[in-house]
Amino acid sequence: MGTKDTIYEGLFNYGITRRDFMKFCTTMSATLALSSTSIPKIAEALQQKKKPYAVWLHFQECTGDTESLLRATKPSIAQIVLDIISLEYHETIMAGSGHSAEKALHDVVKNQKGKYFALVEGSIPTKDGGIYCVIAGKTAVEIAKEVCGNALVTINVGSCSCWGGIGSAKPNPTGATGTASVVPGIKYINLPGCPANAENITATIVHYLTFGTLPALDRYNRPLFAYGKRIHDNCERRPHFDAGQFVRKWGDEGHRLGWCLYEMGCKGPMAYQNCPTVKWNDGISYPIQSGHPCFACASNDSWDVFGPIYNRAPHVPGASYQATADKIGAAVVAGTAAAVATHAVIRTFLGYKQKERFSKEKNEADKMK
Amino acid sequence: MFDKGPYVWQPQKLDMFRKSRKAQDKRLYVWQLPVRLSHWLNILTITTLIITGYYISDPFMHAISEDQSIMAKMRFIHFVSAHILIASAILRIYWLFAGNKFARLKEFFPYTKEKRKEAIEFIKFYSFLKKEVHHPIGHNALAAISYSFTYFMIFLAILTGYALYSESHTGFFWYLAGGWVFGIISDGTIRLIHHSVMWVLTAFLIVHVYIVWLNDNIEGNGLISSIFTGYKIYHKD
Repeated sequence: MGTKDTIYEGLFNYGITRRDFMKFCTTMSATLALSSTSIPKIAEALQQKKKPYAVWLHFQECTGDTESLLRATKPSIAQIVLDIISLEYHETIMAGSGHSAEKALHDVVKNQKGKYFALVEGSIPTKDGGIYCVIAGKTAVEIAKEVCGNALVTINVGSCSCWGGIGSAKPNPTGATGTASVVPGIKYINLPGCPANAENITATIVHYLTFGTLPALDRYNRPLFAYGKRIHDNCERRPHFDAGQFVRKWGDEGHRLGWCLYEMGCKGPMAYQNCPTVKWNDGISYPIQSGHPCFACASNDSWDVFGPIYNRAPHVPGASYQATADKIGAAVVAGTAAAVATHAVIRTFLGYKQKERFSKEKNEADKMK
Repeated sequence: MFDKGPYVWQPQKLDMFRKSRKAQDKRLYVWQLPVRLSHWLNILTITTLIITGYYISDPFMHAISEDQSIMAKMRFIHFVSAHILIASAILRIYWLFAGNKFARLKEFFPYTKEKRKEAIEFIKFYSFLKKEVHHPIGHNALAAISYSFTYFMIFLAILTGYALYSESHTGFFWYLAGGWVFGIISDGTIRLIHHSVMWVLTAFLIVHVYIVWLNDNIEGNGLISSIFTGYKIYHKD
């Protein structure tokens, strides 16, 4: 694998031209939302730095994040594996298996202690001693403690390793959670998403190589360059939202004309990610562009709090499955109106017990007639 | 005169009646101008906010042509009304400390034993368990509790509203105004609270108008006109 080479040499050996290399640096600079003056810095760092070691752990997941990485074309998966990082362990794409595969992982942990990236995909089950995810006789909790605990930095790829993802959705049968809560005190960065965008994974590593630090993070430990802006504010269907043109049914005229998916349950107004600008699969498309509402996959609340994917309003916690705030609210208002009406009717039948003063006055007034 | 025969316009007799009534009545200036102003601003803005807010949550009207920008207009009206409501709230908060005794903070927290008793009396009165009840000059204890609750609801609406506003208006000011709430509760819950408050306030409006009408009718204290003029009629007895 030639891990002693610098990244640039590796790329050169792989047949990448200087021009392609500079293009890659420019793409990374743009993804990281840096100015064009940082392109030479990135180029310099990648030419001088040794390839970093990295291991990729799989826990309770669907391999969607790996699929996302395999579709990275800037640079291609082969280039990432061979040139940008020295990926020593990745269950899906590694050639080795069994003991030799496990040896590769342990060698990295032992020999490169505190120097390697641990990329984690999938949630970690904590219930019943963590028996729901066991690899090579060790539970996910044990593996995470050993590998993430000794890593330079842990990169949580996808929502599952960030905070449990779909595995931790109610009722969370396996007690699934993210790496940060299983191995407290580690240096980590969250790249949530279902799956995480490969551009953002690559850009995070490049940022670390160039500047020696993690990119600026938000309150959920997500890099601001990728999760700092709201999808709703960058959405190409936003003009239809402002105009009041909404899709009401799948395949109706509005849907065919590309109108806003707000009423179909789009969570774009609550979702923070760079999907509308970076897009997916080499910038081809992303869910909203292809006519499907966003369900805020990069949010901790997408499953339990934001409610059903195709519902605008969330379900009220504690209420029955179908109870939305609107149903309960309308019932409360209707009940109030009914109570008021009943009260008025009973009052009328009981007769107004007006103050004596009133009747006195009336009598006086009658006398004056 | 009022309940017999067909109605005949008799200005002199009406005047005599009014005079006799006036001789017995005391007109008390209860609601000061800032209280009335804030009350009507609240009515105007909350009604507007409920209608536009419901549209934002569930766009029931669809644009026919692109240039109508219904949602943008609804949001604009919603935000302008919200800021007027906040101005009204600031005025009212100031008057909680500067106003007369009917407008002060203490009036809205009936924690004394007598006041608690009064609240129970009013609950009995409204549920037909008691035929008469003594109406105090300002707010009765039950009304005070319901207004404190409503103010809290409005406070929740303002806080969650500012939080949601800070999503599209970044910067330190908007963070201070509401952006910090995201550190405590999640986006979905903030929206749920903001939306639920709308229904609670709608229910409050119905109850409020009915109770005011009821009391005005039974008590004859000019409760409805008092929020226009500031004067409540208080009887000798």
